[in-house]
Amino acid sequence: MIGLIRKEMIAMLLAGGQGSRLGVLTSSVAKPAVAFGGKYRIIDFPLSNCINSGIDTVGVLTQYQPLRLNTHIGIGIPWDLDRNNGGVTVLPPYEKSSNSEWYTGTANAIYQNLTYMESYHPEYVLILSGDHIYKMDYEVMLDFHKENNADVTIAAMPVPLEEASRFGIVITDEEKRITEFEEKPEKPRSNLASMGIYIFSWKVLKDALIAMSEQSSCDFGKHIIPYCHERNQRLFAYEYNGYWKDVGTLGSYWEANMELIDLIPEFNLYEEFWKIYTNSDIISPQYISGESVIDRSIIGEGSEIYGEVRGSVVGAGVTIGKGSVVRDSIIMKDTVIGDNVIIDKSIIAECCTIGDNCQLGIGEEAPNKLNSSIYSFGLVTVGENSVIPAGVKVGKNTAISGETQESDYPDGVLASGEYIIKAGDGV
Amino acid sequence: MKAIGIILAGGNNNRMQELSNKRAIAAMPVAGSYRCIDFALSNMSNSHVQKVAVLTQYNARSLNEHLSSSKWWDFGRKQGGLYTFTPTVTANNSWWYRGTADAMYQNLDFLRRSHEPYVIIVGGDCVYKLDYNKVLDYHISKKADITVVCKDMPADADVSRFGVLKMNEESRIVEFEEKPMVAQSNTISTGIYVIRRRQLIEMLERCAMEDRYDFVTDILIRYKNMKRIFGYKMDGYWNNISTVGAYYQTNMDFLKPEVRKFFGSEPYIYSKVADLPPAKYNTGSDVRNSLIASGCIINSKVENSVLFKKVFVGKNCVIKNSIILNDVYIGDNTHIENCIVESRDTLRANTYFSGGDGIKIVYEHNERYVM
Repeated sequence: MIGLIRKEMIAMLLAGGQGSRLGVLTSSVAKPAVAFGGKYRIIDFPLSNCINSGIDTVGVLTQYQPLRLNTHIGIGIPWDLDRNNGGVTVLPPYEKSSNSEWYTGTANAIYQNLTYMESYHPEYVLILSGDHIYKMDYEVMLDFHKENNADVTIAAMPVPLEEASRFGIVITDEEKRITEFEEKPEKPRSNLASMGIYIFSWKVLKDALIAMSEQSSCDFGKHIIPYCHERNQRLFAYEYNGYWKDVGTLGSYWEANMELIDLIPEFNLYEEFWKIYTNSDIISPQYISGESVIDRSIIGEGSEIYGEVRGSVVGAGVTIGKGSVVRDSIIMKDTVIGDNVIIDKSIIAECCTIGDNCQLGIGEEAPNKLNSSIYSFGLVTVGENSVIPAGVKVGKNTAISGETQESDYPDGVLASGEYIIKAGDGV
Repeated sequence: MKAIGIILAGGNNNRMQELSNKRAIAAMPVAGSYRCIDFALSNMSNSHVQKVAVLTQYNARSLNEHLSSSKWWDFGRKQGGLYTFTPTVTANNSWWYRGTADAMYQNLDFLRRSHEPYVIIVGGDCVYKLDYNKVLDYHISKKADITVVCKDMPADADVSRFGVLKMNEESRIVEFEEKPMVAQSNTISTGIYVIRRRQLIEMLERCAMEDRYDFVTDILIRYKNMKRIFGYKMDGYWNNISTVGAYYQTNMDFLKPEVRKFFGSEPYIYSKVADLPPAKYNTGSDVRNSLIASGCIINSKVENSVLFKKVFVGKNCVIKNSIILNDVYIGDNTHIENCIVESRDTLRANTYFSGGDGIKIVYEHNERYVM
């Protein structure tokens, strides 16, 4: 056989999830495609980590609302993943001669792409998820895996013990070998939480996936890791102590954005070392007018600011009109905010239009009537392509999606805890 | 596409003062995010010209680096592409490009081996947006030998650094004067030409035989009465940046909303992607009427200025009516007024720079990191 392609390690990036806890933000895009930090999308972080770690073969598994993700990734040019051999490949579920199905779980999705992985004859496979903000050198993790002659290495980080019950928790011996693994335990016995990043030796992964192929909704945390553990395979925990943020809820998503504003943020995008790459179609500089006030903010390319921006993250191509004030908010790409608008603690998704004289984020907090666990933290959340008519007032813990009209706002007010969902299959 | 493109990006001149030490004019950074040649390249790409040659010879390192990949302008195609031609020693030639016509003559094989019937020749030192197809259609409808794209300048503009021309009622050029002491008209040549490829080859060969090297004086002006040379008047923004004053003014023009809107709408101007994070404004920043590119970190006052990519402005600084080129570090308490600060420079804290009534070019050569 001539010209056998061999890659030491390839990455499989799980990007098919909806991220339903982000509410209207993910009603028409997958969570990894949600904007972050005034320029990026969440998937840019694991993709950039891959290329910075020397991994040039990445399979991206998509399922939920993949259009934005597909156009963003393209052929991988921004991440230098347009390669003759390898590069980035988008892997959606596909029809087979028998047993055609959607991706029913994280491990099931990988199982359905065994042929893709096989074609690169890898020695190791790195499993990543597309919804975390962090910088990590996977090559160092691979060295750790090799040194320990491990079958599976799980990246894990210390978390406060009181939060540990939200995570998969690993318990290790002094050599970092995992002795026990507990998925979301009620009484955690360790504070080392799995970050959902795994390195498998290829044979071990392949055998486990095939053995567990009949398992319904086959999941790494619930099924594959316990399977390997039960068979006494060498599982190790690779301890990671840098910045890592799961932006799974509106609160944590908002917080992670706000942390970028700090004078020297813990997660610093301005370091020369370990750049984050993205696909950006707007490259012109931003304009700040003579009447503007900008304080403690991040502003994206091509934006035109005529008003006041304080403590906010503003994406590319945004217009903020005269006399408007934006505070503690996230404004995504191409949104237009009219004149004399006041926006407090809001998340406004891409391509929205906010009419003149609107006020967002007023009054006292009240629990959201649609889903109080999603729309909380006192935030106003506006889904993409939404329109808010001029002059209306919007309270806290609210959600708006679609082209709303004045008649949707009784007395011109959307009270705290209310919602208007007009378009799409959101929520 | 019926035409190939040639971008003349070789030149430099002393009117750019110290700014020309580092790079060819075509590689000058413009409007915060671009380099000057991006405008010609994007116009080519947006006009669906698939094969473009850039002819360059003066300090081309910056330019070559910028053009190291053609994908940003979508020239990375199987058909055609982007070529950079610097002078080379061959069996018959060991000269530098001795003029614009000579530069093209030395690359005659590029012209000969193309099959497209027309050639669009442009300079790399102008900031504008133009659909070359419109010029080409005009050229064909006029049955012209050469079409010169020209522009009416305001009555009070100094046109002495341009080619100044006069047209008759059917738009045929009847007078053409290069850099006149006293101009007869305020219609100037923009340095954009359309010509039939075979016609160009013939004229270049004839020029070379007569030891003539300049496209304007030795072809346009010499053939003016013999060949059908027409003017095509363009509207929309156009500016040549090849003096310090014009360079400063062109950058400042982007503070006007109508100029930003013109260049910011489709078809877009493309450039090499720099992968920088969005601009960051810390406490103490007070930015007014300014353009700020990505990667900047600002801690103090900036007014009526253009900050290019990755500029760091320390605390308690004042930056006024100035242009700060890429990757400049400005220490605390520094005052900069009416200046152009050269790229990759480091300005120490507590310093004062002012251009007075003119424009000062600042280049300090300081080390950024002192061990």
